[in-house]
Amino acid sequence: MNSDIERVPAKAPEPVDDVRKMRRRRSGRAVAGVAGGIADHLDIKVLWVRLAFALLAALGGAGVLAYGLLWMFVPQSKREEQVKEVTRKERQQARGLLALGFGLALGLGTLSGTLNGWVAGGVGVTLVGIALVWREADESTRKRTRAGVSSVLLGDGGRSALVRVLSGAALVITGITLFLVRNVNIDQMQFALLSVLAALIGVAVLTVPFWLRLVRDLGEERRERIRSEERAEIAAHLHDSVLQTLALIQKQSEAPREVLRLARGQERQLRGWLYGPSGYGKGGDPSDAMKFAEAVAQACGEVEDTFAIQVQQVVVGDCELDEKLTGLVFAAREAVVNAAKHAGVSEVSVYAEVESDQVTIFIRDRGTGFDPSAVPTDRHGLADSIRGRMERNGGELRLRTAPGEGTEVQLHMPRATVGARSA
Amino acid sequence: MAVRVFLVDDHGLFRAGVRAELDSITDDIEVVGEAGTVGEAVAGIGHLKPDVVLLDVHMPDGGGAEVLRRARPENPEVVFLALSVSDAAEDVIAVIRAGARGYVTKTISSHELVRAVVRVSEGDAVFSPRLAGFVLDAFADRPGAAPISDPELDLLTPRERDVLRLLARGYAYKEIAAELFISVKTVETHVSSVLRKTQLSNRYELSRWASDRRLV
Repeated sequence: MNSDIERVPAKAPEPVDDVRKMRRRRSGRAVAGVAGGIADHLDIKVLWVRLAFALLAALGGAGVLAYGLLWMFVPQSKREEQVKEVTRKERQQARGLLALGFGLALGLGTLSGTLNGWVAGGVGVTLVGIALVWREADESTRKRTRAGVSSVLLGDGGRSALVRVLSGAALVITGITLFLVRNVNIDQMQFALLSVLAALIGVAVLTVPFWLRLVRDLGEERRERIRSEERAEIAAHLHDSVLQTLALIQKQSEAPREVLRLARGQERQLRGWLYGPSGYGKGGDPSDAMKFAEAVAQACGEVEDTFAIQVQQVVVGDCELDEKLTGLVFAAREAVVNAAKHAGVSEVSVYAEVESDQVTIFIRDRGTGFDPSAVPTDRHGLADSIRGRMERNGGELRLRTAPGEGTEVQLHMPRATVGARSA
Repeated sequence: MAVRVFLVDDHGLFRAGVRAELDSITDDIEVVGEAGTVGEAVAGIGHLKPDVVLLDVHMPDGGGAEVLRRARPENPEVVFLALSVSDAAEDVIAVIRAGARGYVTKTISSHELVRAVVRVSEGDAVFSPRLAGFVLDAFADRPGAAPISDPELDLLTPRERDVLRLLARGYAYKEIAAELFISVKTVETHVSSVLRKTQLSNRYELSRWASDRRLV
């Protein structure tokens, strides 16, 4: 009847959208969509963000640096829900602000004396070159090609892309060279060293998009691997347990009791795996000490297996097992066994409740019942193993039964540590 | 008059089994239709206006809770009884809070299923022992619990607690009535009141279980 064993519990979907991540815009962008992305994320007008960047650029170029870092580390949005229309006015504003930012950064730097004209020129040219190359890389990311540096930098943009990248690279080299030639007094040896160094820096800067993509692809690959490992774990578990049991059931189809026993046992095991504390996806530590609810479930399961009956168990609350409670669980198990043996029913109900001052277990069947006074004294079951065990641990047993009315065994055990958590 | 029942379950085999069982053991219940998807279910319920819908909890496209959400507003007179193999608290509590009048597990015997269907069709609630256990757990006083904002909804009366305990112990309504020296009607009233509190209370456990299933 449990025909949906193949369904893993509909675990809450991964919280993908709970924390909205910032993404750079793809359309409606002036340089790299950083300002647009921030505007979308904060739900403000893009104009203010651009203005802020421009003004920050005046503070020793902080705005430019911030923009560059955001460009590097904020990924582009995967796909645009709707292409943003850019009005002419907005584009002009964006360009104006861009020029203003650049102008402020370089101009103020020059005026304050931290930069001289040549340095400023060099830095400016370098920045423009970097921007050209990175923008081209953004374009190619969009096309999701995955191969070496050239495709990251060039995409399938063809010749025009190549021209843009080359001119960007040329600009970077020019900028660095300008900076070196004009600012460093050097002999030939140092010049050679510095050229190598400068070339390395140039290459490093130009290939940033490639390295970033490499890192992101690695992350994606790892996620994919984890997913497929998870699938393999589920498949393996279903094979080891469910398929094996189904095969056994088919072989035993002539013996209804055996089929029932197998089905109940398998159901319990699968439930434990799907919903239990140390089951699938819970990452539970099997070395954890067993708690009361689990011990009750295990005891009921053992009796189910042994006697091919159904034990309906409900546990409210939970706590750590101590010696007294272990005794209680054993007594309860014995009571269920009695019911299974003598009551002549196929179902026994077990209800356990953990309260702050005591733990109670009820074992009930709707079976034949009996007359307690008529039980021969040589029968040890109820007397010894249940009542005796309860009383040795300071607990108490009450019995309600009469011939034809079923039996209910009530076990009460005071708790040793009052106020322990009952969650 | 027979209770008109509509079956919703994505497993055709299971639907056929329940239909055969219900048809063979009683004339009190007539299966008027069945559906295997959320969309079919919503359309069928709107068209046939059954008395009771037997609703599977786990289905593609949102499951029983989605059917409840879409079909209940237009068919307020239709009663939903959830039927599931799941024992997870969040499943059980989630469909109850989405509006089901009861919850039984698929291993329930045919006779008990008939009793449960008739009972919900009469406007009463049906609690499986396990659901009773979950509700007791959710309403338990435990140290450090969130403060009670609405005592009317967030606390069970001692009598309701007694009834729930007996339900969890596997007692039938008649046996509960005898045990507590009250009428069966009073037991039903208590259970319905507990159902209402389970649906409406903002107790942390209940809303957490429900929100784990993305419905509040």
